[in-house]
Amino acid sequence: MREELLAIIEKNSRMDLKELAVILGISEIDVVNELQALEDEGIICGYHTLINWEKTSIEKVSALIEVRVTPQRGQGFDNVAERIEKYPEVQSVYLMSGAYDLMVILEGKTLREVSSFVSDKLSPLDQVLSTATHFILKKYKDHGTVFGQQKIDDREMITP
Amino acid sequence: MRNPLADKIVEIKPSGIRKFFDIVKEMKDAISLGVGEPDFDTPWHVRDEGIYSLERGKTHYTSNAGLEELRQEICHYMQRRNHISYDWKKEVLITVGGSEAIDIGLRAMINPGDEVLIPQPSYVSYEPCAILAGATPVIIDLKAENEFRLTAQELEDAITDKTKILILPFPNNPTGAIMERSDLEAIAEVIIKHDIYVMSDEIYSELTYKGEHVSIASLPGMRDRTILINGFSKAYAMTGWRLGYACGPANIIAQMTKIHQFAIMCAPTTSQCAAVEALKNGDEDIATMRTAYNQRRRFLMNAFREMGLECFEPYGAFYVFPCIREFGMTSDEFATRFLEQEKVAVVPGTAFGDSGEGYLRISYAYSLETLKTAMDRFQRFVTGLRAQKSE
Repeated sequence: MREELLAIIEKNSRMDLKELAVILGISEIDVVNELQALEDEGIICGYHTLINWEKTSIEKVSALIEVRVTPQRGQGFDNVAERIEKYPEVQSVYLMSGAYDLMVILEGKTLREVSSFVSDKLSPLDQVLSTATHFILKKYKDHGTVFGQQKIDDREMITP
Repeated sequence: MRNPLADKIVEIKPSGIRKFFDIVKEMKDAISLGVGEPDFDTPWHVRDEGIYSLERGKTHYTSNAGLEELRQEICHYMQRRNHISYDWKKEVLITVGGSEAIDIGLRAMINPGDEVLIPQPSYVSYEPCAILAGATPVIIDLKAENEFRLTAQELEDAITDKTKILILPFPNNPTGAIMERSDLEAIAEVIIKHDIYVMSDEIYSELTYKGEHVSIASLPGMRDRTILINGFSKAYAMTGWRLGYACGPANIIAQMTKIHQFAIMCAPTTSQCAAVEALKNGDEDIATMRTAYNQRRRFLMNAFREMGLECFEPYGAFYVFPCIREFGMTSDEFATRFLEQEKVAVVPGTAFGDSGEGYLRISYAYSLETLKTAMDRFQRFVTGLRAQKSE
């Protein structure tokens, strides 16, 4: 039940408790308790809204930054990752396998803002060896949601 | 001029669904809960395999019975899901949808005057196909108090010395009824006693919400008297690919293959290539879709409970079959008025046989959003009818 609940609210966190209870076939109290438990255990970390900013008049620039760092004895990459994650403009920080170590996803208002973050804040960090910045030009799909045209139901109205 | 038409065909009633379809077609802005196919598109990896097969030039006929690899995968699937062993060389035939398998299966087995037992309400093509094959269809009216399952007594009562085949359509379209193991065991005894055959249409087998689907062919003594029909339309959301199959005893499959060879040649090659991928790597897709259907099923059941509408709980397919007798209208009248007043299309139960009178087929192959809007309108409609009645 936990897995099914998570799968539903991952797609639609606004579904109300009564409806969750109905489609899961459990009581509303059970839903409340389970959600509370999931929050307490740190499994549910927030309820966000997926926004296609391109459709607004608000300017946003996103970039993926590949960061190579020197790991520290006893700390690995955690120390440097925890420094980077503190900047509010940083959306995500992932430790990666492969040619670089950290993937930093950054959101800023302008190209200048993003590039100054990289040159003024990220690169000067002692452990950072190099960075490579890739700007996102267009988002086709994000968090499992396609940003293009809404699909219309074009099935025949009545079929046996 | 001479009459160009065959009497036998002209005498067959057109599908009740067709009639209703023509009314709905005129209403452009209606919400429909009338479809008998998944709302999901075919999983991408399956479509991709179809496209890839075209790129590689797989544009030719396959063998009459179908791609070897596909028949082998079907046998693996039958073993894995139904615990039945079939020989892919002799006991499997790939058809154009489950519908073709129904048609040619009956034609391969019927002699003039043989009786075919058809439990109703059920899918619209059994009766016409039986007539086309030269059989006398004998209808068994299933009852709501049995949750529209077929009981051993009902079967026993319908059997005569002319009975040759029982059509077993579970999980059922339109009622959503299933037959559990104990139900099947009870009728298997009668089937064996009277030495008749079963055509088991299990196209909705993967959409079962109470325990695992049980195939009658897996019961002792039943494998060799069962033509098991299944396909890709419902489980993998592949209706438009038109691909189904029949598994059964070699002597029957051989004769079916003969008809198929002359009438069809082979099922579409692109669809067959895609279906191999579906069987190999599609179990998870089925599970995801089943979970979504089950959530909607619970939503609808709850909505009808709240409306105080009588509705047995269906555990299969993607239909619910509520009873509307309390309003003193026929299914046809109710569905027509509901459509006119609230612009929601549902299918009258009578489209699936006379015993569907007093019921509606409501499909939940729709998003929860659509179902919500439709149920709000249903509630409003029902409240209005009850208010009129009490005046």
